[in-house]
Amino acid sequence: MAARLLLLIGTKKGAFIAESDGSRRSWNLKGPFCAAWPISHVIGDPVSGTIYAGGGNEWFGPAVWKSTDRGASWTHSSAGLAYAEGETPIKAVWSLAKSKAADKLYAGVEPAGLFESSDGGETWTHIAGLRAHPSREHWMPGGGGLILHTIVPHPDDACQVWIGISAGGIFHTADGGATWEPRNRGTRSDYAPEDQRYPEFGQCVHNFVMAPGMPDRFYQQNHCGMYRSDDGGRSWHSIEAGLPSTFGFPSAVHPRDPDTLYLVPLNGDQAGRFMKDAKAAVWRTRDGGKSWASLRNGLPQENAFMGVLRQAMATDNLDPAGVYFGASGGQLFASADEGQSWVAIAEHLPTITSVETMVING
Amino acid sequence: MAEAETAEQANLVRVVLPRALVDLFPGATADTTLDGGTVDQVMRELDARWPGMRDRLVDSRPSIRRHINVFVDGRRVTLDTALSPGATVHILTAISGG
Repeated sequence: MAARLLLLIGTKKGAFIAESDGSRRSWNLKGPFCAAWPISHVIGDPVSGTIYAGGGNEWFGPAVWKSTDRGASWTHSSAGLAYAEGETPIKAVWSLAKSKAADKLYAGVEPAGLFESSDGGETWTHIAGLRAHPSREHWMPGGGGLILHTIVPHPDDACQVWIGISAGGIFHTADGGATWEPRNRGTRSDYAPEDQRYPEFGQCVHNFVMAPGMPDRFYQQNHCGMYRSDDGGRSWHSIEAGLPSTFGFPSAVHPRDPDTLYLVPLNGDQAGRFMKDAKAAVWRTRDGGKSWASLRNGLPQENAFMGVLRQAMATDNLDPAGVYFGASGGQLFASADEGQSWVAIAEHLPTITSVETMVING
Repeated sequence: MAEAETAEQANLVRVVLPRALVDLFPGATADTTLDGGTVDQVMRELDARWPGMRDRLVDSRPSIRRHINVFVDGRRVTLDTALSPGATVHILTAISGG
């Protein structure tokens, strides 16, 4: 059967789905879904075809929405998605991940914490070990709040998960969430006093990805630099030389080549957080971060005061790989040729918070 | 005997729900009558009828959510508020958003 590609889009005002065939030439956009709630992250399980959307509404609180029919109908649940009585209530779901190895869904929330579901998002259980970590009292909210925004399950080991908290740093568990250790060595904290710029935890990680086929290799976009790790995050080294800035939010890795990474450097955290010189560009390395080139063909090169949020870039697993990003101003761009050329799929969506892909057959 | 006791203990109140909430629960009705001696019991009864509805209205403190208002006879109430038989409970979404 022919492949169908679904772009799963989270926005400040609902989830959207853009669908295309394998050629990725024309797109059919549908939405807003999820009652136009603010949706932080939408993911798909290509095995079942189920779509999950996490968010939170000012009136009705946090929830994970679910569709088993490509967005035609949705249900929502937050059963169990709560801290103990008396604690600050959960405001919103920020990130979702499916673990194939553990056959579980994970949800990261604000204020930062991690939940798991073994029944497809119907009910949730708090993974209390993370918030029991002694560093928790030192976690500080970033611009988006105190959020758990990145979840990377190990592809084969059901007990290993990496998570990112702004600003607490990256933590790793090897025992299914009972205990956690910080994995931030080598990443900077430029906003700390000069003699405390390489702490054990507390860094403002913005996003990180695992390289395909190499579960020990990670790439990280931090508030303060871009990094690579080859030892499961135990140590990181800078890969920012050759990039126009050290600041950005998302990161996306090629689906098959562990040396190819896409980043969107912005002009700095106190300069508007736009693409440099108001010219839109995605930057790509094909050698694991040693060298970089900008990709601009088809992207606006004038008056593009554009920002891209931490979960708003993704690749697909077709060949050649597709690359996608959504801007804070509602423009959604797609490349069907690994970033060589770009087209706008949509130009007037609400603020785009996340972009993910799901390839299904039929 | 059991039926008589149930009738005796029932504290029927009218509950009016906001449209945005009703739309989240297929089959829910905006105007309903149920048995609730307190606002908290009303929330639990709503949840029994439409599973998940309490989570949309009550947070884990537990309290009525910050941007949800519950009024009885023109007075803003809390989960602990006792309800008289025949009372009308208005659940409203507060002004919020951007």
